[in-house]
Amino acid sequence: MSHTPIDHGDLAYVRDQMLAEQPAPRVSRGAIGWMREHLFQSIPQTILTLVCLYLLYLIIPPIVQFFLIDAVWTGEDRAACATQAQGGTQPDGWFGACWAYVGAYANQFIYGRYPDAAQWRVNVTGLLFFGGLTPLLIPAAPFKRQNIVFMVLVFPLAALILLTGGGFETGGLYLPLAVVAVLALAATYALALGSRSDPRPGLITTATIFAGLFAVVALLGVDFGLERVQTAQWGGLLVTLVIAVTGIAASLPIGIALALGRRSHMPIVRFVCVVFIEFWRGVPLITVLFMSSVMLPLFLPEGVTFDKLLRALVGVALFASAYMAEVVRGGLQALPKGQYEGAMALGLNWSQMMRMIILPQALKMVIPGIVNTFIGLFKDTTLVLIIGLFDFLGQIQSSFSDPSWASPVQSLTGYFFACIVFFLFCFGMSRYSMYMEERLDTGRKS
Amino acid sequence: MTNSVLTVAIGAAAAVALGATAASAATLDDVKAKGFVQCGVSQGLPGFSNPDADGNWSGMDVDLCRGIAAAIFDDPEAVKFTPLSAKERFTALQSGEVDLLSRNTTWTMSRDTQLGLNFAGVNYYDGQGFMIRTDMNVNSALELSGASICTNTGTTTELNVADYFRANDMDYELVAFEKADEVVAAYDSGRCDVYTTDQSGIYAQRLKLTDPGAHKVLPEVISKEPLGPVVRQGDDEWFNLVKWTHFAMVNAEELGVTSQNVDEMMESDNPSIRRLLGVEGEFGTDIGVENDWAYKIIKHVGNYGEVFARNVGPDTPLNIARGINALWTDGGLQYAPPIR
Amino acid sequence: MAVTDTASGRSASGGGDAPPKVALLNNPRVRSWLFQGVLAVIVAYLAYSGWMNMNANLQAAGVASGFGFLDENAGFSVAQSLIAYDQGSSSYGRVYVVGVLNTLVVAFFGIVLATVIGFIVGIARLSNNWIVSRLATGYVEFMRNLPLLLQIFIWYFGVLRLLPQPRDSIDFGALGLLNNRGYFAPKPVWGDGAAITFYALVAGLAIAYVIGRWAHRRQMKTGQPFPSFLVGLAVVVGLPLLAFLATGSPLSWDMPELGAFRPSGGMTVIPEFIALLVALSTYTAAFIAEIVRAGILGVSKGQSEAAHSLGLRQGQNLRLVVIPQALRIIIPPLTSQYLNLTKNSSLAVAIAYPELTSVFAGTALNQTGQAVEIISITMLTYLTFSLLTSAFMNWYNARVALVER
Repeated sequence: MSHTPIDHGDLAYVRDQMLAEQPAPRVSRGAIGWMREHLFQSIPQTILTLVCLYLLYLIIPPIVQFFLIDAVWTGEDRAACATQAQGGTQPDGWFGACWAYVGAYANQFIYGRYPDAAQWRVNVTGLLFFGGLTPLLIPAAPFKRQNIVFMVLVFPLAALILLTGGGFETGGLYLPLAVVAVLALAATYALALGSRSDPRPGLITTATIFAGLFAVVALLGVDFGLERVQTAQWGGLLVTLVIAVTGIAASLPIGIALALGRRSHMPIVRFVCVVFIEFWRGVPLITVLFMSSVMLPLFLPEGVTFDKLLRALVGVALFASAYMAEVVRGGLQALPKGQYEGAMALGLNWSQMMRMIILPQALKMVIPGIVNTFIGLFKDTTLVLIIGLFDFLGQIQSSFSDPSWASPVQSLTGYFFACIVFFLFCFGMSRYSMYMEERLDTGRKS
Repeated sequence: MTNSVLTVAIGAAAAVALGATAASAATLDDVKAKGFVQCGVSQGLPGFSNPDADGNWSGMDVDLCRGIAAAIFDDPEAVKFTPLSAKERFTALQSGEVDLLSRNTTWTMSRDTQLGLNFAGVNYYDGQGFMIRTDMNVNSALELSGASICTNTGTTTELNVADYFRANDMDYELVAFEKADEVVAAYDSGRCDVYTTDQSGIYAQRLKLTDPGAHKVLPEVISKEPLGPVVRQGDDEWFNLVKWTHFAMVNAEELGVTSQNVDEMMESDNPSIRRLLGVEGEFGTDIGVENDWAYKIIKHVGNYGEVFARNVGPDTPLNIARGINALWTDGGLQYAPPIR
Repeated sequence: MAVTDTASGRSASGGGDAPPKVALLNNPRVRSWLFQGVLAVIVAYLAYSGWMNMNANLQAAGVASGFGFLDENAGFSVAQSLIAYDQGSSSYGRVYVVGVLNTLVVAFFGIVLATVIGFIVGIARLSNNWIVSRLATGYVEFMRNLPLLLQIFIWYFGVLRLLPQPRDSIDFGALGLLNNRGYFAPKPVWGDGAAITFYALVAGLAIAYVIGRWAHRRQMKTGQPFPSFLVGLAVVVGLPLLAFLATGSPLSWDMPELGAFRPSGGMTVIPEFIALLVALSTYTAAFIAEIVRAGILGVSKGQSEAAHSLGLRQGQNLRLVVIPQALRIIIPPLTSQYLNLTKNSSLAVAIAYPELTSVFAGTALNQTGQAVEIISITMLTYLTFSLLTSAFMNWYNARVALVER
């Protein structure tokens, strides 16, 4: 076809100028157009929209009414939140949330029975934690290395001493530690001799590690004059965070080791790791907690007992490390084979290859997965209330049995408060995980 | 790698430092060395062992532990409490996590003989009862056929109710919860017609209901529930101390020694009182404490009657009459061997 | 580990100059076996010392061990049991079976319900309708970000508070009663000759299967479609119905009746079951919805376009092209969600629904004190569920694996 322009001549009905662009018809732009396109594009869609609107109408107004409009914000005891028929001051038929009760219990919900005078220590620990974590989570923040050292070495020690009060009886630990140190040094030396290499760097590393351990033990033994607070007095959000954070922190190194072991070519190593991972992934957490609370004491030598919270921590850490191992394995598998081959071609040995090439990339890739595991663990922490620890939800539940605030709206308010707190934490973390996912994705594409 | 090894090592060291304590066979030496008694109590049962909002424990079971601490250290505050669930309580004692269990635990033969434990006396004679809503118009447990019954799992209660309903050829539905608070919550929300546990427990838990006045306790007592402190088997010295702490409190009530008058009683001529308070004899040394051990108990904690009145008696919200827990001289069952 | 690291670090840089004389320890095979040997010794030692400690502790405590307690009389009652259970004479072994069955019951219904809700919500999230997709997104975010245990508590105490006392039961007439003791449904009582109806049902299923095979083969050969689904349905429903009517309707209903306490007669669905079922299925449905969404998005648009250009209608496109391919993506994570639901049913211990963890690792453990045996049995049971699921998953993955050409 040819596009020869037609000579219009002077035909009057032929336009020789373009019309100016007209705005789209009113019905297809602006709010109305948007609604036509997204809500009412056809009769079935319109029906669906109306059904959804009705659903929202059923759900939202009563919630707002109960939790905001009719809610009680101040009060001394149950009288403020009970109707006259129930022995309170509210008019009969009143039905609203009792925020006064949450206010009265706020301290317990956060700290449990942690002594008032020592609560500043929890606050300091929290500040250290979030202060150290925030820059770690922001990819652009500088000093990542120092930050990691702080979170891995300084913070756990500080938290342990601040929360428990320090001053442990560590006198009995020096001798065993010294024996282990000597054995480790000897083994390092023997290995170096056996492989005909220079023993010095290995010896220096081992010696540094043990010097550090001795320093840690010494530090734990120091009495800082802080009041000792038994873990039985901990509770609320404090316990929830302690369990979730310790669980994830302990599960990371164990999980990495398990993931590497599962991908190893050594049959015994692989077998042990597969059995370990599949076992913990195959059983529900609550049975793990039952095991740690009633079975673990039996496996320890006679006379050695573990703190109840510590036992739960052991169970949670083992459980989480199996899931973490699978997350890390996903990262290891996703790395192109060329990375391994390239590392080996450079003459790196296995541990160098892992440390310098594989793990940094694999771990970075699975950050969203780690965050998701953390969210799961954070939610699962609530299970410890079944074995009698008072986490955030457990503390809220136990407050229901306080007769001075007993009213029909008490538990509803308490559970709703728990919903808000858990949702804020989990939703925030899942948003972060999605943000990282997007960021890492573009990084890999470019 | 290095970092992770280090973290693990620190974790292990912390674990040992934080939680692992070694308990030897001689509990009393251990207790003296660490400076306090570790006492296993319930997770919250008003009148027996219950923490207030500030975490201070009170109750009859708690006072027994305080009595032991007073006998050893002259300080009723030298106790640390470990709240235990019904499931954990025996393991916690067996493994040495607690020095004694004072947790309204029923003395039964199988518990005494099969679990490696010893019951050191009975500080509360109890029996299982039923609570029901007043507006149900039920006046006897024999009218409960077809009822739904809420209780704690893993207790003798659960077995007793099974026996009772079977013996009377009645049908029922059992809803058994792991935690006492959950039982109360379920009963309060109407899941069950009946709440059953030891009568002392019923009176205590009734306080937690939304409207305690709308519930009544049925007259039937369907079981014997002698509740008392428990220690590990094979440590007779500690067993004796726990046992005689309770007996000292009962003897003191019988002899009229109270925390108010105990100082005057030191000058009493009554040889029984003189022996009790350690003015005469070397009874304290025999159980590994000082001779004025009973004086310290009574001075700091009070005699059995005082403890009862303070925690569960008619002037408390629980409002429990002495009943079978009265002294034997008043027709009750509380009877302590003499100190001589 | 740090020890071997540094040692090998040296060997790597220093080992290049003398290739023929490699030290024994630098031989990868020797190293690997040495390392594995050490690991095996450590694992064996841990297991051995744990075992010895346990025996010593149990002996010191005077606790009898062994599985003899499984034959002992349990003596407590269980609120829901699929098999005959008598509190007077049934053993702990039977309690275990009752618990496992109750777990399977709640898991089965939970899986069905979660799948239905999950598919609806997952497809709704992809809807063009703004409010529908937002509502679905809100559902998913809300459910996923709250602990399951909290949801179970809310449902349980919420359900209990909302439902009336037995004497004010909600009466559904022929469908039974609903109150805070549960849902009391009419119970079918089969009379004589009911077995024939059952055989008819089996026969109907078999015939429907044969018709389906035949229709498929014919369509493959000739391209002629056959409405095998409708015909099959007619056979499956019609045949038993005919048999039922022919034998004179041998079925009567045992209706629940209001009594002094809970209603008597009929079938009881206890509130613990309802609360657990609702909580488990709505929670898991949120995860399933995400899986379904990812599965459908995972089928490339070209597939639909190609299907349309072949002249398939929208429904056919979904049924024959999109869903079969999406299922390949959906099924593996879906199976693990099913497994999660089954494991999560153990949270019933918090609301006294008598499933495995609650009745066996809870009540039976508390009554007997046989912690080691009971916890081991419980864990092994869940482990068996899990291994069976992975076995299925491997089989399925092998079956649907893309045959690359």
